[in-house]
Amino acid sequence: MALQSLDIKNRSATTTPTPQARSTVEVAKLIDVSTCIGCKACQAACMEWNDIRDEVGSCSGVYDNPTNLTENSWTVMRFSEIEEQGKLEWLIRKDGCMHCADPGCLKACPSPGAIVQYANGIVDFHEENCIGCGYCITGCPFDVPRISKKDNKAYKCTLCSDRVAVNQGPACVKACPTGALQFGSKEDMKDYAQERIADLKERGFDKAGLYDPPGVGGTHVMYVLHHADRPQLYSGLPQDPQISPLVAIWKGATKPLAALALGLVALGSLFHYVIKGPNEVSKETEAEVEKEDAA
Amino acid sequence: MTNHWVDIKNADLVLIMGGNAAEAHPCGFKWVIEAKKHGSAKLIVVDPRFTRSASVADFYAPIRTGTDIAFLGGIINYLLTNDKIQHEYVKAYTDFSFLVNEKYDFDNGLFSGYNPEKRNYDKSSWSYQFGADGYVKSDPTLEDPRCVYQLMKKHYSRYTPEMVEKICGTPKAQFLKVAEMMATTAAPDRAMTIMYALGWTQHSQGTQMIRTGAMLQLLLGNIGVSGGGMNALRGHSNIQGLTDLGLLSNLLPGYLTLPGEKEIDYKAYIAARASKPLRPNQMSYWQNYEKFHVSLMKAWYGDAAKAENNWCFDWLPKLDKLHDVLQVFEDMYQGRMNGYVCQGFNPLAAFPNKGKLGAALAKLKYLVIIDPLATETSEFWRNFGEYNEVDSSKIQTTVFRLPSTCFAEEDGALVNSGRWLQWHWKAAEPPGEAKADTAIIAGLFQRIKAMYKADGGAFPDPVLNLTWPYRIPDQPASEELAREYSGKALVDLTDPKDASKVIRKAGEQLDGFAQLRDDGSTASGCWIFSGSWTQAGNLMARRDNADPWGNGQTLNWAWSWPANRRILYNRASSDPSGKPYNPKRKLVWWNGSAWTGSDVPDFKPDSSPADGMGPFIMNPEGVARFFAVDKMAEGPFPEHYEPFETPIGSNPLNTNPAAVSNPAARVFKGDMEAFGKAQDFPYAATTYRLTEHFHYWTKHCAINAILQPDQFIEIGEELAGEKGIRTGDKVKVRSNRGQIRAVAVVTKRLVALNVNGKKVHHVGIPIHWGFKGVARMGFLSNTLTPFVGDANAQTPEFKSFLVNLEKL
Repeated sequence: MALQSLDIKNRSATTTPTPQARSTVEVAKLIDVSTCIGCKACQAACMEWNDIRDEVGSCSGVYDNPTNLTENSWTVMRFSEIEEQGKLEWLIRKDGCMHCADPGCLKACPSPGAIVQYANGIVDFHEENCIGCGYCITGCPFDVPRISKKDNKAYKCTLCSDRVAVNQGPACVKACPTGALQFGSKEDMKDYAQERIADLKERGFDKAGLYDPPGVGGTHVMYVLHHADRPQLYSGLPQDPQISPLVAIWKGATKPLAALALGLVALGSLFHYVIKGPNEVSKETEAEVEKEDAA
Repeated sequence: MTNHWVDIKNADLVLIMGGNAAEAHPCGFKWVIEAKKHGSAKLIVVDPRFTRSASVADFYAPIRTGTDIAFLGGIINYLLTNDKIQHEYVKAYTDFSFLVNEKYDFDNGLFSGYNPEKRNYDKSSWSYQFGADGYVKSDPTLEDPRCVYQLMKKHYSRYTPEMVEKICGTPKAQFLKVAEMMATTAAPDRAMTIMYALGWTQHSQGTQMIRTGAMLQLLLGNIGVSGGGMNALRGHSNIQGLTDLGLLSNLLPGYLTLPGEKEIDYKAYIAARASKPLRPNQMSYWQNYEKFHVSLMKAWYGDAAKAENNWCFDWLPKLDKLHDVLQVFEDMYQGRMNGYVCQGFNPLAAFPNKGKLGAALAKLKYLVIIDPLATETSEFWRNFGEYNEVDSSKIQTTVFRLPSTCFAEEDGALVNSGRWLQWHWKAAEPPGEAKADTAIIAGLFQRIKAMYKADGGAFPDPVLNLTWPYRIPDQPASEELAREYSGKALVDLTDPKDASKVIRKAGEQLDGFAQLRDDGSTASGCWIFSGSWTQAGNLMARRDNADPWGNGQTLNWAWSWPANRRILYNRASSDPSGKPYNPKRKLVWWNGSAWTGSDVPDFKPDSSPADGMGPFIMNPEGVARFFAVDKMAEGPFPEHYEPFETPIGSNPLNTNPAAVSNPAARVFKGDMEAFGKAQDFPYAATTYRLTEHFHYWTKHCAINAILQPDQFIEIGEELAGEKGIRTGDKVKVRSNRGQIRAVAVVTKRLVALNVNGKKVHHVGIPIHWGFKGVARMGFLSNTLTPFVGDANAQTPEFKSFLVNLEKL
């Protein structure tokens, strides 16, 4: 459950009002791709802090390992080799949950309280409430959540909400040796990003910029990119991520209708009860069932 | 490092060449990023592979493996030809003007004095001209054709940009871009740092590669200054400490040297090392050699070391030749050894030609392994299928495995690349029966000593008389050893200027090596560590990160050898009059009566600039040497030689068959025959480390194994196309010594180079896999590498050899 110090702003499939009294600073992790050396210390720290271990895999012909996000790998480095005006660039991007301000996973989730958004902006999965339906995967424009084969529940980066709750940065940020990962208030991170972007522009990256996509209301994990005009160069980072229209329809126009339908079903049941009384099983039927069970 | 990690942030330009700091030293690499972020520094990477360091570089240039001297020699030629040097610096602080022996010569790849049978040089002509006053002759006008400047200019005039392209395969335009960027740091207020590691040391001419880099830095005035220097990035957390403490076959602690077998006279032994100044008013600090030597012998032998017995000089081993690891394994292979103690070392994985190493180990009667891990070496006798195809029934070697602690299970100091001795504290108790290395060695020593005492022996004195003052003899404490290295007074020490004044009482810790004496009144186990543990306590344990000058000089953080000095040769950061060259990054300067500044001056503290003392106080010349006189095996000026396995078969710089590869490198009989030729093995191979792993250790750790689980090799797209290999395919890589199988990573990061009219492809071979651990089983990559080392240091040539490749 939520920690005392983390106020919840939104909960999946719940209409109970969330607390409003306290004011909380919005946080963000900034990933400065231009100073990332792809050392995977963030991956190691994530495994250690969260007690998750993938299987020892194999080499598929690239440096990426594990090769994709899994229920046990909440962040992975993605390496891509591109040529820009005859010059080779090895773009290395740390992939993981973006902690959207408008989280598609939370919107899509039908299970009350399985996905929450804290007032500080972190989007967290509370697996004890997860029913394993996988709607969060459909809802995510970044293809982040993964369902565990072990318990059929969805997992992803928590932005170390447990650490942040006690005023510690995420484990990955703590482990990053070059300072490519930074953590702080979203405002400070944006300011810092501007310094880095100015430096990159001086070094000839005219299109350097911040990735904080408006299509999902901005994110609490942001990137400094040398080529902000073409985020897809970075192993397919979406150009303009949006919540899937399916989820938008479900949560938009159809949700009230569905709620109405659910309400009608409930009402029908009530009438049935009032008119017909409770459903009862006769003693004979019960004895027969028991006999079958014994056999 | 001449400088230190934090100081990297002061650089205006960073050259990473012969190393891959981002991958192999990611934590220290943060200072490169700092230099870029806050100092607008530019980063250049020169490497056969576009590495993770290159991924954050401002400029990358490819180079064929093993040709760095050609590249750097080309830069030297560029700087001299285009007059892009720091004139005042080179004139005042180097041997530019010194006159060289008339007999010194260089012709068609060989220097004067070569003996082809012995593969070595008579170095008598590699010397100076001396005047009647006994000092080296000098021509300050630099016009004498025999002065170092003129000889050097002539030597490197052959290293044109076209020649660089021909040898290195680096396109001329890219080479010139690097040269231009470097040349900007000839300005007194700009500095370049060079960061290198095994990419320079692991060649048959590795020491000379490093020298060439140092020469470049001297020409640009980048030695002794903040943000400059020659910075060797050490691989193991305490490998700097290993060399500092003399754990090489020819060294004693503190870079004192063992006598040779002909050096039986103590006085002559000292005189040969306590060099007298070769120029007027020079310090020639090694004149103090005897003080350090006697203090060492007092630390070892206590009262048994006396003036009458020459401080036990006769007990020191006298070297017949270098007994480096290659020599030891050659001896083992020839059946000349019975036993081998292997402490914190996995030679089967870490040394070249696994086949030869395994055969050598099988000839031993016993092998003792002291290690926290079950290493490949400890199971060299076990059959692991194709990964270690041996017949165990034919191997009779008895293997003892003594489990030891790892660094986190003990207190002590580690010496980092920047020469800082940083004390650390035990974080966990060792598992099972593991013991500290000190306890294991002490336990062995106690038993050996008891046996000598009881049974006698051929030469018991050095064993029976070794001082052993530790409270628990079987477990010397790190604190006790650290105090011993630092040193103490054995009697009350009086001030040499005032005999009535006692500066240290008997038994007290000394303040530093300046207090060491050659009369047996002081003891210090390692003179360069003297001052690390004083009467004030353990200075290595200090953790004050105050940076009062804002230049990263945290003098109260830990302790740095020598004398807590952070940047070596720092006198050279000021001009001859004692004024800082770069007012923005001042290190030390003359304040009118003394040297002072943000660092401990590497200089005589009260020597006025008017005295003309040079900043390179360890050299008897007082200046830095471009002309190495007789210090190097293969010549006073670095010359490009091909790797022993060369993909082009000749040396474009000469037509001499004796000078294709390093003419002075030692090659054992049988190993020369085991070198492959380009017609059978057409591809230039190089081995290296990946950031996800540390040597052969971390394949025992689950997390590292998850991050990089499986053995692979890297090839460029063009070669892959020729061979029909797609990324992820399995391939076989063969050298003349063996073969491995691995997954192919096909990449744009390795490009074919045009070398001497021929296309040369590289095959990149990471080293981290083996047959022990939790990562996937793999082949020891040193199955492939050649058994030959650098001519001076005998570091094996892991970085350049030849292979062939086929798709499976």
